[in-house]
Amino acid sequence: MTVQHLADAASLAALVPSGARIGVTKGEQTDVPMAMALELVRRGVTDLDLVTIPTCAFPASGMMLDILVGAGCVRSVETSGVSMSELGAAPRFSAAVKAGTLKVVDATCPAVYAALQAGAKGQPFTALRGLIGSDLMAHRDDWAVVANPFEADDPVALLKAINPDVTLFHAPMADRHGNVWIGRNRDLLTLAHASDMTLVTVERIVDGDLMEDETLAPAVIPNFYVTALAEAPGACWPQQADGTTDLDAVRAYMSAARTEEGFRDWLAAHVFARPEAAE
Amino acid sequence: MSAGETDVRPEEIQAAAIAGLLEGARHVAVGMVSPIPGTGALLANERSGGGTRVSILGSKKTTFWTNGGSELFDLAGRGRLDAFFLSGGQIDGGANVNLVGVGDYPEAKVRWSGSFGSAYLYFVVPRVILFRWEHTRRTLVEKVDFVSAPGTSEPGVHRPGGPIALITNLCLFDFQREAGRFRLKSLHPGVTLEEVRDNTGFDFDLPEHLAETPTPDADTLSLIRGPVARRIADVYPVFARQVFGIEPAAA
Repeated sequence: MTVQHLADAASLAALVPSGARIGVTKGEQTDVPMAMALELVRRGVTDLDLVTIPTCAFPASGMMLDILVGAGCVRSVETSGVSMSELGAAPRFSAAVKAGTLKVVDATCPAVYAALQAGAKGQPFTALRGLIGSDLMAHRDDWAVVANPFEADDPVALLKAINPDVTLFHAPMADRHGNVWIGRNRDLLTLAHASDMTLVTVERIVDGDLMEDETLAPAVIPNFYVTALAEAPGACWPQQADGTTDLDAVRAYMSAARTEEGFRDWLAAHVFARPEAAE
Repeated sequence: MSAGETDVRPEEIQAAAIAGLLEGARHVAVGMVSPIPGTGALLANERSGGGTRVSILGSKKTTFWTNGGSELFDLAGRGRLDAFFLSGGQIDGGANVNLVGVGDYPEAKVRWSGSFGSAYLYFVVPRVILFRWEHTRRTLVEKVDFVSAPGTSEPGVHRPGGPIALITNLCLFDFQREAGRFRLKSLHPGVTLEEVRDNTGFDFDLPEHLAETPTPDADTLSLIRGPVARRIADVYPVFARQVFGIEPAAA
């Protein structure tokens, strides 16, 4: 399997069809695939089923999900939490749920992880403690309660495995062979294992082979799992390469996106009118 | 109360009360957007000379995991997390927590962020401390609209964990697991029982002796305003600026 080296985020996003089930991580580290998400908006992709691993509740990840929902790209969101963290609620997400135009499949973080791990192993389902008696359980037809076959009187929840069609993320670096270094952000490794396709923007491409360095290799997604990548510094905006987030940019977005009209204006300025050279 | 203690802030009283609930805990985790629980947990850490380990979610600087986001839940499932904090848009008299929204689900008059780890951690963490800084009939309700995580479970359901207390801006309740009900433990300084009753949407029990939530002593205050405040400023800079008037240390 050869990793496709593409020119930019737009070329990667072009590989994502409407109707795809998309996996994204929570955005705690500099992994938010904002540039690819904005290209999906620009292309007018529709009917995406987003699966958040397990939330999009950091300022940049919440903003990315909010933009995709507001722009009409999303059919459903499976999530354990969507917000802009300390900055507040995700405005277009909240509006879409209230209007009944977005299906939310409510989950809880460890259930998402467990189901994704089952998917990464190619197994049909997995078991998890907790959950029983919650209204989450009551509304999930892909979760079930069964009797523990190994213990008497022990009901336990089973969760259907999660296998996204496409995973999108940003990472600090890759080599020319397509190996991607993710640091301690191991959710990305599990997600790449579970997904059919993995599309990655990276801050920089380095010489050499990341797999040959024993200190780096344990934090590498081998190229076997990577479908395509592009060198795209800053593609995790408003996250920044140093790990901080441009909170003023998030606040400006949230202020604009309080109304549908303000959101359209924001899209016009930041997505549709963005000069090609700035990408 | 000495003159110096009259300017103690409510957040400091609440954090000290939380620290009191964490005595003897080996490992405490603090969820997202929980600055007062974070302050209480760090106070417990300072008082225990580091014996109580504190993980604050949201930053790799304040957690120790190397196996991704699932590690917190994995270690909790193995019994390696003694205490955690949960809040809710609604909390009811049975300690059921609603983090999803108001209305007849999936319709929502108000949509909140979502259930996060609640529907698992509430079952497996022995000391879950509920907190809600708006103590009103809107938030503390008779019955939640959506159960993100139930306060108690049917017999036979694996449930080593669950709620032990609910702290609000007015008072501290104990949770009685057998009865599935809250019992008022202490009123914060200046708060009356009538005020708590008027603002609580559920029935609760009364203790034999109703206490006042202690105001932290001088030693505790100096810990809170010193090392604890400096550490919390790295995680919750807006909170630290408002409550302690300090800025995060330069990186």
